[in-house]
Amino acid sequence: MSHPLLSIQGLTKRYPGVVANSEVTFDIGEGEVHALLGENGAGKSTLVKAIYGLIRPNEGRMLWRGQPYAPGAPAQARATGVAMVFQHFSLFDAMDVAENVALGMDNPPPIRELAARIIEVSNTYGLPLDPGRMVGDLSAGERQRVEIIRCLLQNPQLLIMDEPTSVLTPQEVEILFRTLRQLRSEGKSILYISHKLEEIRALCENATVLRHGKVVGRADPRQESARSLAEMMVGQTLHVPSRRREAPGRPLLQVENLSLAPQTAFGTALKGVTLTVRAGEILGIGGVAGNGQDELLSALSGELRAAPSAIRMDGTPVGGYGPTARRAMGLLCAPEERLGHAAAPDMSLIENALLTGAWREKLVRNGFVNWTKARDFAEKVILRFDVRTPGSHVAARALSGGNLQKFVIGREILQRPSVLVVNQPTWGVDASAAAAIRQALLDLAQAGAALVVISQDLDELLEVADNFAALNGGRLSAPRPVPGLTMDQIGLMLGGAEGDSDVAA
Amino acid sequence: MLRLEKRPSPSQAWNYATPVLAVALTMVAGGLLFLALGKNPFEAIRLIFWDPLFSEQFGAYSRPQLLIKAGPLILIAVGLSIGFRAGIWNIGAEGQYIIGAMCAAAVALAFYPTESFLVFPLMIAAGAFGGWAWAMIPAILKTRFNTNEILVSLLLVYVAEKLLAAAATGFMRNPQGAGFPGSRNINAYGSASNMELIANTGLHWGGVAAFIAVIFAYVLLQRHILGFHVRLAGQAPRAAKFAGVAPARLVVMCLGLSGAFAGMAGMFEVSGPARLISIDFNAGYGFTAIIVAFLGRLHPVGILLAGFLLALTYIGGELAQFMLGIPGAAIQVFQGMLLFFLLALDILSNYRVRLALPAQKGEAR
Amino acid sequence: MDLSAINPVVLIASLMVAATPILLAGMGELVVEKSGVLNLGVEGMMIVGAVSGFAVAATTGNPYLGMLASIAAGAALAAIFALLTQVLMANQVASGLALTLFGLGFSALVGQSYVGIVPPRTEKLTFGPLTDLPVLGRILFNQDILVYASIALVAAVWYWLRATRSGRVLRAVGENHDSAHALGYKVRRVRVLAILFGGACAGLGGGYLSLIRVPQWTEGMTAGAGWIALALVVFASWRPWRLLGGAYLFGGIMVLQFNLQAAGLRIPVEYLAMSPYLITILVLVVMSSNRARSSLSAPGSLGRSFHAAG
Repeated sequence: MSHPLLSIQGLTKRYPGVVANSEVTFDIGEGEVHALLGENGAGKSTLVKAIYGLIRPNEGRMLWRGQPYAPGAPAQARATGVAMVFQHFSLFDAMDVAENVALGMDNPPPIRELAARIIEVSNTYGLPLDPGRMVGDLSAGERQRVEIIRCLLQNPQLLIMDEPTSVLTPQEVEILFRTLRQLRSEGKSILYISHKLEEIRALCENATVLRHGKVVGRADPRQESARSLAEMMVGQTLHVPSRRREAPGRPLLQVENLSLAPQTAFGTALKGVTLTVRAGEILGIGGVAGNGQDELLSALSGELRAAPSAIRMDGTPVGGYGPTARRAMGLLCAPEERLGHAAAPDMSLIENALLTGAWREKLVRNGFVNWTKARDFAEKVILRFDVRTPGSHVAARALSGGNLQKFVIGREILQRPSVLVVNQPTWGVDASAAAAIRQALLDLAQAGAALVVISQDLDELLEVADNFAALNGGRLSAPRPVPGLTMDQIGLMLGGAEGDSDVAA
Repeated sequence: MLRLEKRPSPSQAWNYATPVLAVALTMVAGGLLFLALGKNPFEAIRLIFWDPLFSEQFGAYSRPQLLIKAGPLILIAVGLSIGFRAGIWNIGAEGQYIIGAMCAAAVALAFYPTESFLVFPLMIAAGAFGGWAWAMIPAILKTRFNTNEILVSLLLVYVAEKLLAAAATGFMRNPQGAGFPGSRNINAYGSASNMELIANTGLHWGGVAAFIAVIFAYVLLQRHILGFHVRLAGQAPRAAKFAGVAPARLVVMCLGLSGAFAGMAGMFEVSGPARLISIDFNAGYGFTAIIVAFLGRLHPVGILLAGFLLALTYIGGELAQFMLGIPGAAIQVFQGMLLFFLLALDILSNYRVRLALPAQKGEAR
Repeated sequence: MDLSAINPVVLIASLMVAATPILLAGMGELVVEKSGVLNLGVEGMMIVGAVSGFAVAATTGNPYLGMLASIAAGAALAAIFALLTQVLMANQVASGLALTLFGLGFSALVGQSYVGIVPPRTEKLTFGPLTDLPVLGRILFNQDILVYASIALVAAVWYWLRATRSGRVLRAVGENHDSAHALGYKVRRVRVLAILFGGACAGLGGGYLSLIRVPQWTEGMTAGAGWIALALVVFASWRPWRLLGGAYLFGGIMVLQFNLQAAGLRIPVEYLAMSPYLITILVLVVMSSNRARSSLSAPGSLGRSFHAAG
């Protein structure tokens, strides 16, 4: 019998304090779309980096068509026939598409020739791309195309895709899948990494499930239900957040025609964003990454100032206020980037508690910090939100993503906000922590607060939100009630085709 | 091969140990330098670090010098360290020092020869104002036009030096000085004189100001929310904005404070040890203070100790020059090496250095 | 004052000489910053290059050996910076300052036995009849070799960055070091090489000062030229030909300023001597005031240190 394309045998990778992969074994056949399934932190990325030559495993071996395969560098992996589309793109904003493609190739042809090839290949696979455009100006979906074309130009045997759909609208996902099926029909293999079960069921014929770095299951996803796959992946039955839905109260947060110029060369402008959130209501805002989520949060938190009347808290204009004044009025926020934005990585949890809690928790008197009170507040957050840490003196960066996120969300919730805005509340967080965070958000709404949940995880939004709106290119669609919303409608909203109540300027 | 692993939290022990280790390594490297210059390294090191304090022959002269030299270094370095912590790089303290001294001298010369107890406080205010105003140039350019404060503050040192030269040879020249460059002797003008407060200690008002600055900075950084914001802005600028810190206000505060401190240091110098405005009035304190700030790990108490150490190298350097003929520039090299070693060793507090043996792979099971 | 004493042809010819040190140093720093590293030690590397070149030239009697020594000395000092920032992960701003402080002291130490000596002459090149052309001959065909070399360097760097694979890799590393690492490029190696190149250029720029421009050794003779070179890179928006233009502009200001002094302008010398620094600040302000444009042309990873996880 012939050899599989790539055979992974007993691969183990240790980092200080963690075993990222432990004796992982599986095969990828020729012309197979193989799914690698697992939660955040299950060890998928580490495994893929080993295959691509970015890290060296401590133990185990890999065979490529029966021959030993141990790439010491990505160039070696590419020479063998392995190509990779990264989750966080490996692109260069200030360079054009052709240059970006050339940088990913080992022996690129002259740029002019390459540009012609890019046009040719991108059209063949239904992913049109202009080689002369600056990458920083492209949308997330187009940026992914650059990555894919870069891979395809090298004519790889194995294409690795790390969470490729997390940045795509449902319609773009369809286009991508068509391309991937076309590749399979040409006999190429694909290692498809995801935690989205429906996609895997639609695309892959084999799946390997990872949990805590170990292989815990193998399946033919077409034969399994999403539920059975989920249980394999998570290893326990999940707690589904719950709450009673009540009629919402008076409007607490009103945003009217909020527009902001982009902050950086490749930033997104906010264009006429309008929304209302009532007491007890959760507004879910979906959208593909880079469509203005960060900007919207910064505008609401006060990091970016707006026209005073563009943002009203309980009727009072607050658009011209800074973060401190808005916090004093009860408008609290939790940004997406935990390390460096929501929390200072090298500071202790006590200092990070002071970071937003200073005024509302009265941790400061006459300008002087009451460190005892700050520690008490930090410890209250740790206790109430089950943050796993050796103590409040520990630096924020020493915490795992899930624990730090619980700390960040808990820090805001314990300050009793009347309006809370969160961006990507469960991004990169394990399932049990994610469930706890969602429950805490629901409880807060039930207690009468108004919530804005910005997320790229549609399932999450459909689970917690009462109303749904989509951000596209800095515009917000008109919100719609979540019950009764179909995936198709959501896709159109995300693509900006629906809910354009404001006419383009 | 050596491998680096980032520590989950910076090591406290190494934080204290690295400056000591850096000083030790600098002594070794400095000894080699003196050897290369054909001098006895042990004698040179002893002359620099021991004799100024403990020798019977030189101690009486050198000991008071210690406070005289350490005062301005500490005062300037404390101001700089607050900015450095916030990631705001004022490297033009030398210029602010000069302008502070010139403003103070201008006040003194304007009142000369009126005797009044008001002159001296007025000079302090003028010195602080001069340094503050000079530092406001990079601060305002930074906040209004996003201009790099490092380059502007540094370039202004050269401008200040030219102004100093113009003053010493022109508009501040002593009318009774027989055409020699240099102003009147301010130290000899009773109301403006910065006298030694306790005989034979070298303590003058500048030293007092340095101690007050250390205590002020300590309280600010450890206890006050502004100090917290300074540290936050330096470590995580985005988090600082999120916390409500206005970056522009912080730039103005940090540059203004360090400028005012440097200007005051210039004032105490011109009315005290330097005695008058002259072409070569500035002795590089503004630059050496950068080393002091780093050696003291940007911590007020650390800066206090580091200021004395660097002052010692100045005095010991003069002694070594006098006794062994070691060139004065060697001390500058010595100070530069100290900063190199300090920066090099910093890695020990943030990273764990490990020996990664290639054999590890095979033997694991 | 007598403005007719200023001859425009001589002025242009000599501004090219005056501009060459900062052009060389600025070109080196441009490459360093394109790789994402900010080396504030240009002043230190220049002055060490100046003293080393001078010492070797004075000892051997050969100015060209002196220039080689300048290059080696600048690169050696840059190697310390590379060790600190790329291997030992030290702060780039502080390390650059350390380089400058050390360099000033070191050069004073080495240079004290060379004060007052005249270095061997570097002959100007002549191009036969071309050199005798009116106006142009004096400006274009009667300069020393480094004036031509520095212009060639601008052209070479421009072409290299724009059109070669290695130049593209250098830009990529400076633009986004995480992406470059993910694609398998050796971020640290690229940066170390760039830093060494920058040091060599700065060293040569310093050597040009002490061997040709002045020509003699005095303590602290670079007098801020390294800082002006740093400002030039910002002025040029990281573009080689604009750097050339900027350097000649500054060269012109410096020469004009000397000429005005000599012509007896009724302004104290000190105020004229201030002008290059003040104009540098002014130019910095103008260039940086347009936020969007300056953030677009600056390399994306400039000044951030890189540590590969795993």
